[in-house]
Amino acid sequence: MAQPPASRTTIPGGRTMNYADPVEIAREAGKHIHHFHGGLRLKHNKRISCQVPVERPPLPELLVVPLLQHAGDIAEPFVNAGDHVLKGQQIGLCEPCAAVHAPTSGTVEAVEDRLMTHSSGMTGPCVVIRPDGKDQWVELKPIKDVLNTSSDVLIQQLQDCGMAGLGGAVFPTHAKALDGRERKIHTLILNGAECEPYISCDEMLMREQPEKIVLGARILRRALGAEHVVIAIEDQMGAVQKALTYAAECAECKSISVVKVTKIYPEGGERQLIQVLTGLEVPAGGRPSDLGLVCQNVATAAAVADAVLDGKPLIERYITVTGNGIAQPRNFQALIGTPFSHLVEACGGYTGDVARLVVGGPMMGYPVSSDATPVVKAANCILALTQKDIATPQAEMPCIRCGECSRSCPATLLPQQLHLQVKNSMWDEAQEYGLLACIECGCCDFVCPSHIPLVQWFRYGKGQLRQRSIETQATDLARERFEAREARLLRKKQERAEKMARRKQMLKDKAAQRETTEKTAGGKADA
Amino acid sequence: MLIAIATLTVLGLAFGLGLGWAGIRLKVKTDPVVDRIDALLPQTQCGQCGFPGCRPYAEAISKEEADINQCPPGGEAGIRALADLLGREEKPLNPENGEEKSKTVVVIDELRCIGCTLCIQACPVDAIVGAAKLMHTVIESECTGCNLCLPPCPVDCIDIVEVETGIRQWRSPRPAEQQYLAAAR
Repeated sequence: MAQPPASRTTIPGGRTMNYADPVEIAREAGKHIHHFHGGLRLKHNKRISCQVPVERPPLPELLVVPLLQHAGDIAEPFVNAGDHVLKGQQIGLCEPCAAVHAPTSGTVEAVEDRLMTHSSGMTGPCVVIRPDGKDQWVELKPIKDVLNTSSDVLIQQLQDCGMAGLGGAVFPTHAKALDGRERKIHTLILNGAECEPYISCDEMLMREQPEKIVLGARILRRALGAEHVVIAIEDQMGAVQKALTYAAECAECKSISVVKVTKIYPEGGERQLIQVLTGLEVPAGGRPSDLGLVCQNVATAAAVADAVLDGKPLIERYITVTGNGIAQPRNFQALIGTPFSHLVEACGGYTGDVARLVVGGPMMGYPVSSDATPVVKAANCILALTQKDIATPQAEMPCIRCGECSRSCPATLLPQQLHLQVKNSMWDEAQEYGLLACIECGCCDFVCPSHIPLVQWFRYGKGQLRQRSIETQATDLARERFEAREARLLRKKQERAEKMARRKQMLKDKAAQRETTEKTAGGKADA
Repeated sequence: MLIAIATLTVLGLAFGLGLGWAGIRLKVKTDPVVDRIDALLPQTQCGQCGFPGCRPYAEAISKEEADINQCPPGGEAGIRALADLLGREEKPLNPENGEEKSKTVVVIDELRCIGCTLCIQACPVDAIVGAAKLMHTVIESECTGCNLCLPPCPVDCIDIVEVETGIRQWRSPRPAEQQYLAAAR
């Protein structure tokens, strides 16, 4: 991809200014702390789920492993009902996405459509496994000597182990690594700034397994060919900083730095965190690799360490079960496919007045209709809200154009304008105003004095824009093929006409020839 | 006086030459209105409008030989877009041309197909592959759902199917619109 000349940047007003190369500035990531636009200071509510150490819940009776867990296509299942699977065995794959594995040993009961952990609330293909209780591992293929292993082998191992970003976007890790290596990454940022209220699984992981995170960071750095690693944590996580710094010192790794960032929601967003660490904005439509950076969640780093050093695929994750609707909120290290109801039971069940179950945090999460939905790679939190939590203080009112939403928007968009455009289906304008750059953080929603559900509108609008672009592609293809066919038919017709003309001419010539020969013959006979 | 006349004449000649040159050099070969109308049509190439394809229909609209409400696959949204572009009055879809339906594609039952190639010849977007006396099949991603292959098939081996709407095709729904007046009272 062609890069614009780095030293000249056009600023609004048409002037150009000379800046140093942004990639060079980004090398300083973490040395100074910057700010991003907008954002909110929210009540954290994290402590309630951090009181007890993380444990594995008892094995559930049934595990439901969805075949769609990543950004990308639905995985093709390898197994059929009745098959016996071992823990860690690959049960589905979709190129070029990450693989899906059996979380424990047992029998496949069915490969069928079940309720997915997805904002649509729809069903989708899942592999249902009844555990045999033996927890018997498949033969693992660890890479012990990482320092003498090429980055290709490491990246392949990540793909085989089904690694995906555990921060929420579940982008396949190997794809990010391949892109990063190609774009000459210099710094790997590990995102431990878990900014959304209630969620504490990353904090617990950093407290309990800092060595593993540091190991994973070093492996990822090697796979990417990066030079530095910056681990970003929130400023109220004092113990975590000590633990991580100690782990990095033990590993005698000088290029790993642990940086504290101030807690403003949504600084845990990839783009916001990069802005806080470097002072630079990732271009709209661009990727962090444009600045020579790659961002990974701390939980992904820990999972990478397991995948490479032990050969263990991604079959479990830290998950927070919390909210006022849960009797004893806490964190679990749960197998992928564990039904939510099982985790809630292990927490002592619901309190009486639970009203809504949300996957993810209160700002960006989505409600699910049933607690039969399973834990997936993307699920970092199960939040049970009570009637009191979800009660709206006031009915929705018309927009009064106060501009609070634009002041709070971390993507520097104009939510009130976008709301109007989406509502009136002005899609071209909405795209021009940067609707696709919306990160759906919910800040505008939160501050809106008219209680307009702005994020719901933006989610709808983004879906429509995506749909439109797919449809435009399809119509362009149809038009191209139709025109090609018309041209071909015309050419064939012309060719046929030419052929006919030639044949006619030939017959005519032949007839003329015969006539002349007959004439001469006749003449001779006369003579 | 003479100078003024001479100046204006020279200026007139210079601009005239410039315009003449621009007229030849910068000439737009195709009618841009046709292209813009064509861009709004769904490119199904189904011929329900009475023209052999979307582009011929676009040409007819631009010459005002056809009305804007003859395209069932485009539906109400398509008519609205055309009305906006051409500054004409919006009107309901002409029922003579058919009715708006959700998108479908066709599949060939390969067991019943005798390999006559009639459907291949009928397909306006070359979305069917096959050869004489050999099995045919539809490339689903390229099928526009025009159903023009159905009538020529001598053994009725082509079926219309709804396009799959799984979890990957799901889009966030439109939020409920608020009735502000009632709330304000």
